[in-house]
Amino acid sequence: MAADTPQRPLPTPIDRTQPFWDGLREHKVKIQYSPSSDNWVFYPRSHAPLTLADDLEWREISGEGTLYTYTIARRPTAPDFAGDEPQIIAVVELNEGPRLTSTLVNVDEDAIEVGMRVRPVFEDVPGTETTLLRYEPDS
Amino acid sequence: MGLRGEAAIVGIAEWKPERRPTAPPMFTLEQWAQLTREALDDAGIDPSEVDGICATNIRESDSFVPSTIAEYLGMQVNLAEVVDLGGASCAAMVWRAAAAIELGLCNVVVIGAPSWPSPRPPVPPSGLSSWRYGASSANYGSPQAEFDIPYGNVAQNCGYAQIAMKYGAEYGYDAEALAKIAVDQRVSANHNPPAVFHNVPITVEDVLNSSMISDPIHMLEIVMPCVGGAAIVVAGKDVARRSKHRPAWISGFGERVLHKTPTYAEDLLSTALIPAADQAFKMAGRSREEVDLISVYDCYTITVLMTIEDAGFCPRGEGQPFVREHDLSFKGEFPCNTHGGQLGFGQAGLAGGMSHITEGARQVMRRGEDHQVPDADVAFITGNGGLMSEQVALILEGD
Repeated sequence: MAADTPQRPLPTPIDRTQPFWDGLREHKVKIQYSPSSDNWVFYPRSHAPLTLADDLEWREISGEGTLYTYTIARRPTAPDFAGDEPQIIAVVELNEGPRLTSTLVNVDEDAIEVGMRVRPVFEDVPGTETTLLRYEPDS
Repeated sequence: MGLRGEAAIVGIAEWKPERRPTAPPMFTLEQWAQLTREALDDAGIDPSEVDGICATNIRESDSFVPSTIAEYLGMQVNLAEVVDLGGASCAAMVWRAAAAIELGLCNVVVIGAPSWPSPRPPVPPSGLSSWRYGASSANYGSPQAEFDIPYGNVAQNCGYAQIAMKYGAEYGYDAEALAKIAVDQRVSANHNPPAVFHNVPITVEDVLNSSMISDPIHMLEIVMPCVGGAAIVVAGKDVARRSKHRPAWISGFGERVLHKTPTYAEDLLSTALIPAADQAFKMAGRSREEVDLISVYDCYTITVLMTIEDAGFCPRGEGQPFVREHDLSFKGEFPCNTHGGQLGFGQAGLAGGMSHITEGARQVMRRGEDHQVPDADVAFITGNGGLMSEQVALILEGD
């Protein structure tokens, strides 16, 4: 990476969340599920939200979903993202219900619509052990 | 349930917001001392009567904030609060002060929002600024650090734009109606000398022609960051009766906090203000029709639009025609942010949120001068923190 290129912030997994990142590394999406309340959970937690049940287990899902909302940032949202604009920052609602933050790739700005179907794109960040979960239109 | 309306805002200090400071930096504690003195002078109350302090963070200390302030001011207090609700903090402090007074804990509470730059240390601190990613925490173990920051989902523009985009997908997006909010508030700013845009009128075309920052939000729909500072004095009935001005009684409040990051909202279009406003009106025994002016948090135009709806002044989804049909300036039939709002007055840090309270109180005190709403008796105020997810509603009333 050139000296004048800003350092993109990368996640620092904790023990609790490591299975999610390990899944992405294998190009799989794994999130938590609480059998007692029949709820899917994202982001990973120690206890299920609301019920606080401690029965969360990891399950693999397709990672597909719909675009809940988005914006196109015309200026970097933080100095670290200088040069990435326009950033198409997306909130994806997984088929299972939970939402996550991502960005859209492989899409024309004009073709983006709230409610559109989207599917995972696994981005192995060069020179790191990190894979980020980005999304593209499912068409 | 709730307040009886026996505590009032009786004193105000507010420094003129400035885009670039024209006076030297001051430590937060020094600002606290100066603002407290000005607010007490305004009320005609002696510092020895203060027995409560409500604060937000200060630069000089990460913890033990109220005791540090009390010690610096030489005050001994029965209420020592730190509130951490972003832009909702000041409104949240107002009801806490009123509640402490009605419980008999305090007689005079000072609420401070010092927002002037502090001197830089001779040796710069190591590490990155905690504000590098806006209000998102980059600390180890923070969900935001792990699941939002790496995707650039940080800072305020991005989150409010996501809310506006969702609003548009649900109800349709009338960019001119949103722009009109900034324009009408600017009219009021043009009649308020301390406003940062006092001398700069704008049109709907100006707003729509300003740069697109984060779709669908334009530059002129976003607050102007400033430096400044404000404080208010809240007092009980006996003290209020002998203070200098017509008291602005705090008759109702509501507070609701839902989440931190919009991604994890249960429903992004069902804001925390809905229950908060309902509780405030119910507690005050007031109807929406009895409100003479609203002074509501306006970091963005979409915030005002959704606030008008979620506070119940029009049905949800009908805010855009409502804005088109009403004059929101201080001269109009639906006065909204008569000081110009933070969009026109400027956002001096947390003092920006305080400006909605000082303006609501000023109107009820009948101290609005060139932008006074005639016969203002009932003001509805909001504080909004984070991304519409931390909401406080207040109702202020004259005698």
